[in-house]
Amino acid sequence: MESTQSTAHPVSANPNTLTIRYDDQVVRYFVIATVIWGFVGMLVGALIALQMPFWQANLGQYLSFGRLRPLHTNAVIFAFAGNAIFAAIYYSTQRLTKTRMFSDAMSRVHFWGWQAIIVSAAVTLPLGFTTGKEYAELEWPIDVLIAVIWVIFAVNFFMTLKIRREKHMYVALWFYIATIVTIAILHIGNSLAIPVGMFKSYPIYAGVQDAFVQWWYGHNAVAFFLTTPFLGLMYYFLPKAAERPVFSYRLSIVHFWSLVFLYIWAGPHHLNYTSIPEWAVSLGMVFSVMLWMPSWGGMINGLFTLRGAWHKLRDSVVLKMYVIGITFYGMSTFEGPLLSVKTVNALSHYTDWTIGHAHAGALGWNGFMTFGMIYWLLPKLWKTKLWSDKLANTHFWVGTIGMLLYVMALYSAGVTQGLMWRAFDDAGRLLYPDFMETVIQIVPMYWVRLIGGLLYLSGMIMLGVNMIMTIRNAPEKPTDAAVTVSA
Amino acid sequence: MSKFLKTDGRHRKLEGWPLVFTILTTLSILVGGTVEFLPLVLLESSVPTIESVTPYTPLELAGRDLYIREGCANCHSQMVRPFRDEIERYGEYSKPGESIYDRPFLWGSKRTGPDLARLGGKYPDLWHVRHMEDPRSTSPSSLMPPYDWLLRKDLAFETIPAKMRGLQTLGTPYSDADIDGAIETAQNQAAQIARNVSANGGPAGLESKEITALVAYLQRLGADLKKSTS
Repeated sequence: MESTQSTAHPVSANPNTLTIRYDDQVVRYFVIATVIWGFVGMLVGALIALQMPFWQANLGQYLSFGRLRPLHTNAVIFAFAGNAIFAAIYYSTQRLTKTRMFSDAMSRVHFWGWQAIIVSAAVTLPLGFTTGKEYAELEWPIDVLIAVIWVIFAVNFFMTLKIRREKHMYVALWFYIATIVTIAILHIGNSLAIPVGMFKSYPIYAGVQDAFVQWWYGHNAVAFFLTTPFLGLMYYFLPKAAERPVFSYRLSIVHFWSLVFLYIWAGPHHLNYTSIPEWAVSLGMVFSVMLWMPSWGGMINGLFTLRGAWHKLRDSVVLKMYVIGITFYGMSTFEGPLLSVKTVNALSHYTDWTIGHAHAGALGWNGFMTFGMIYWLLPKLWKTKLWSDKLANTHFWVGTIGMLLYVMALYSAGVTQGLMWRAFDDAGRLLYPDFMETVIQIVPMYWVRLIGGLLYLSGMIMLGVNMIMTIRNAPEKPTDAAVTVSA
Repeated sequence: MSKFLKTDGRHRKLEGWPLVFTILTTLSILVGGTVEFLPLVLLESSVPTIESVTPYTPLELAGRDLYIREGCANCHSQMVRPFRDEIERYGEYSKPGESIYDRPFLWGSKRTGPDLARLGGKYPDLWHVRHMEDPRSTSPSSLMPPYDWLLRKDLAFETIPAKMRGLQTLGTPYSDADIDGAIETAQNQAAQIARNVSANGGPAGLESKEITALVAYLQRLGADLKKSTS
């Protein structure tokens, strides 16, 4: 892809005004990457979903479940959701600051550097190079690259804020700031390790401390990679698509600050009843329950933005996707605190309930917010109509049904197995002493989950087709959008 | 509060100062992690030590890294919770002092298969070899993938000293003599496991293969605690 007519220097006919041309090319790159990696990540997801009830689908050492599962999670989180939030940030930040990104070169280095990280993950994880820490599996050379690219992204973003032409930062930017700062701290804090080989390292933390740091990271990766940037996305793109202002300015202030403050404390709820000291786990649980409020603050601010605009849902697939996305945000941020409560966690932990919960968030919230954004951006970025509204609508329904099947199957599997593990007979012996009995019971649910996942994946393919066809209809060199400001 | 939240209030001012905004955000996210993490590092009582818990032998360490490489922790936890049903099913619940040499920790978050914290000594070495080669041969309806390549691939004994050196730097009490003799120690332990396997009717010639390291590690799981209670 060639960089199009980038006018780094503002030009204008009128001496009293300036015309600022935005860098939309980098947004196009990130949108295309989102769709490609989304397909890859979900395809790997479907394969490992098949491997669970059907072990024969483990295709040798490089394609066995234990090595592919981290590939799936990394691809979906850092490649699919990652590229999506970068598209959102580059598109909206330029418009909210009325300025082109600080450095085109940095934007390109960010894009290609990030894709290089993804490719190296896709190569090293099947080869068995892994730290073994969930969602932080990549080994130290890639970790170093991630840190470098993230810093370049941060400098580019903050310098853009510095040269902004709009005095006040809109709420979306607050969430981007929180994302960029916190992910840097989490990534570096959790990845501190000493190398003992080219692709092998040991963390500086051991045992209990390593567990704590890992879930401080793991929980807050969900918070600051999959929640805050998507809230920023929601605050920019939802009012645009609905053509309504955000419901409440006050609510956005209150829920922003309480969300960023409270989220960090909640990590230990991943370690209920483990060897972590009791006080830390209890603190994690209390803060997790409190977190319910700011989370729903975001949901309410999103859904109420549609007040008086609900009729638009009938014709707008973009708004439909946002409504499902925000609703699932609300559901999974209610479920999260519920699962953090010790008595519930005693049943749910180690079962598929957790996986169901994660996918309600990932498929429902991250997936649908991304899809909504892309369907809205495609015509704008490529200066042409969306190829097929009908196909987009089909995507909406197939995706929704697939996701519902997926989470229902895993809730059912999780609760069933959790109850079987703890069941005693009248004589006080385990009712199912053989672990295998509790596995056989949930195998049918694994098949239902696979069907749900395949439906969701087919929706992703529909998006891919729609994107390709839309781009084909685009003018050869779509012009980047511009804005005129007073000099 | 209302002064702060009004559309022309103090927060609006803050929105015009990205640097201050960023600093305040950073401080907000640092509080929770710091308050929770520092006591874990500073208070010795957070992780009471257990006398019988010792570092892994060179071969067990290599086996542990194979456990990490194959992603066993994706489906198996190593953390028995203090519940009646778990103690009944797996054994003594897990203690903080048991994992002081675990880098990374391998407690896991999902039990597609059973917990392994108390696996050591539960089955003979040969059972593990058969089970890794073909899980259905020992557990008929198992969903576990086969790991037959572990019986064919040679173990990289030569990487063990550098790993132990790294752990020594981080505080694991390996002596220099331990590290210098690591390869020989590992080969001796591997030979012993291989002899045990073939003597019981299993395949011969496994002493140079990865499987012996993994078996050594699996047999070590929970063994320290049993030492202290016996």
